[in-house]
Amino acid sequence: MQLTLEFGGGLELLCESVKIHKVNVDPPNGPEKFIMKDLLSWVRTNLIKERPEMFMKGDSVRPGVLVLVNDCDWELSGQLDTTLEDKDVVVFISTLHGG
Amino acid sequence: METNGVGGSAADMSRILSELETLKTAKNDIDRRISALEAQLRDTTNIQDKNDTVSNGSCPLISAVHSNINHDLTPDSVYRYSRHLLLPSFGVQGQSNLLKSSILVIGAGGLGSPALLYLAACGVGRLGIVDHDVVELNNMHRQVIHTEAYIGQPKVKSAAATCRSINSTVQIVEYQEALRTSNALEILSQYDIVVDATDNAPSRYMISDCCVVLGKPLVSGAALGLEGQLTVYNYNGGPCYRCLFPTPPPTSACQRCSDSGVLGVVPGIIGCLQALEAIKIAGAVGEPLSGRMLLFDALSARIRIVKIRGRSSQCEVCGENSAFTQQQFKNFDYEKFTQAPLSTLPVKLNLLPEDSRISSKEYKEKIDNGEAHVLVDVRPEHHFKIVSLPNSINIPLASLEVRLPEISKALKEEDNSGSGASLYVVCRRGNDSQRAVQCLQKMGFNSARDIIGGLESWGHDVDPNFPTY
Repeated sequence: MQLTLEFGGGLELLCESVKIHKVNVDPPNGPEKFIMKDLLSWVRTNLIKERPEMFMKGDSVRPGVLVLVNDCDWELSGQLDTTLEDKDVVVFISTLHGG
Repeated sequence: METNGVGGSAADMSRILSELETLKTAKNDIDRRISALEAQLRDTTNIQDKNDTVSNGSCPLISAVHSNINHDLTPDSVYRYSRHLLLPSFGVQGQSNLLKSSILVIGAGGLGSPALLYLAACGVGRLGIVDHDVVELNNMHRQVIHTEAYIGQPKVKSAAATCRSINSTVQIVEYQEALRTSNALEILSQYDIVVDATDNAPSRYMISDCCVVLGKPLVSGAALGLEGQLTVYNYNGGPCYRCLFPTPPPTSACQRCSDSGVLGVVPGIIGCLQALEAIKIAGAVGEPLSGRMLLFDALSARIRIVKIRGRSSQCEVCGENSAFTQQQFKNFDYEKFTQAPLSTLPVKLNLLPEDSRISSKEYKEKIDNGEAHVLVDVRPEHHFKIVSLPNSINIPLASLEVRLPEISKALKEEDNSGSGASLYVVCRRGNDSQRAVQCLQKMGFNSARDIIGGLESWGHDVDPNFPTY
């Protein structure tokens, strides 16, 4: 399954300062079901190079990180249970406080 | 300046500076009065012209048109805001709404500067400015409302003077104080719309909660580095800040402009967009950015507008079962909640025992005495490029453990007498250097010591010509 993963708001620093990653993931539970929960653990294993605690807390993202699946807040699509499809774009963005 | 003349010169300088300030304040005041009188004069002349036309009876048509004005814009306002009035989708109604509205901008920094400039120019009825800070030289690249003449003076005073010089018909209200739970309700309750242009997490939670309690729409912007974010909270059934971020992020995830840097124009763009959203809400036109968030990436020139969740029924502040009252707001400890201070003063850690630390003056003595030593600068490489102490070696904290052999080698090379060379660690302000010494001591470099207050204290106590940033 081809996915585009984007990191912003400083999260890109955890993956060697690369913001956009075009990746190929193999769904562990067969080709028809790959959910956000699977993707998070895949990202943690394959993309996060340092301080994983700045990306995840428990089995979800840490507080202050917005997750967007195809430009839509993952709260609206089922959060960790959101089913992903080929060519989906997933954005992880840390909220900013500066001004 | 000659050394023997320092006393007299300093007194002279302070006298000149104080006289300059008095004169400048007087000048600003006079400028303001002149613009106000000029505006008054234009109004009076316009009315008189029209009266003249009516009284000489030569052009009854104009008199009829005059009586057909069914809005409350003065002739001067019609002229000043004519380009707004010419917009079919904004027009007289939008401008009239704007002139009757009141907007509070919290923070007169990178976001607040452009927001205030446009809000003053566009003709908001009343414009409040909250800030407790003073203008500094390192603000000027992004905080474009301030001029060099105001360095050292309160940002509120500086911002208010600029706003008045752009539009003397707007009522500008100055709040030269930090926003706290003790004064927030009192201040925010006097405005229709709130613009959050602050720079830290506890302020953002505090302002959002206060807006929920008072039922005010909140235009929230943030910028850091080369990225910006913008949304409108608590508007027309949309979410509040807490619906989106119920749990505060860890403090290590809250970067600040003074540490991470910011390209000046980035908060400029977000601040302008904040003004735009506030104008749309005040003018009652268009679709404010509620339930959506704008993400701006300057480097790749991309703007993304995403759909965010609606109001959460479980939200502790705005949710269905929430009973968050004004009294609870007043008692809420936002610094404790976010584990971060409301002001942006840098944190001063104290991790090491006294004998593992030396002052910058003591370090200077060691250099003067020719003590054999190695100085490790643990700042990131791009900091090291700005400025560094002579003969220091740069090993950023993040790579310290893997680069220990370099330190061992340097210590051996410095050790001419055979009695060992000392190891000192420095950073920008003296926090990372302590973390580094903790790590070094754990790895067997028992004599490692850090320089208290880092390069900042070197610039302050040893070499005033050493650049600070």
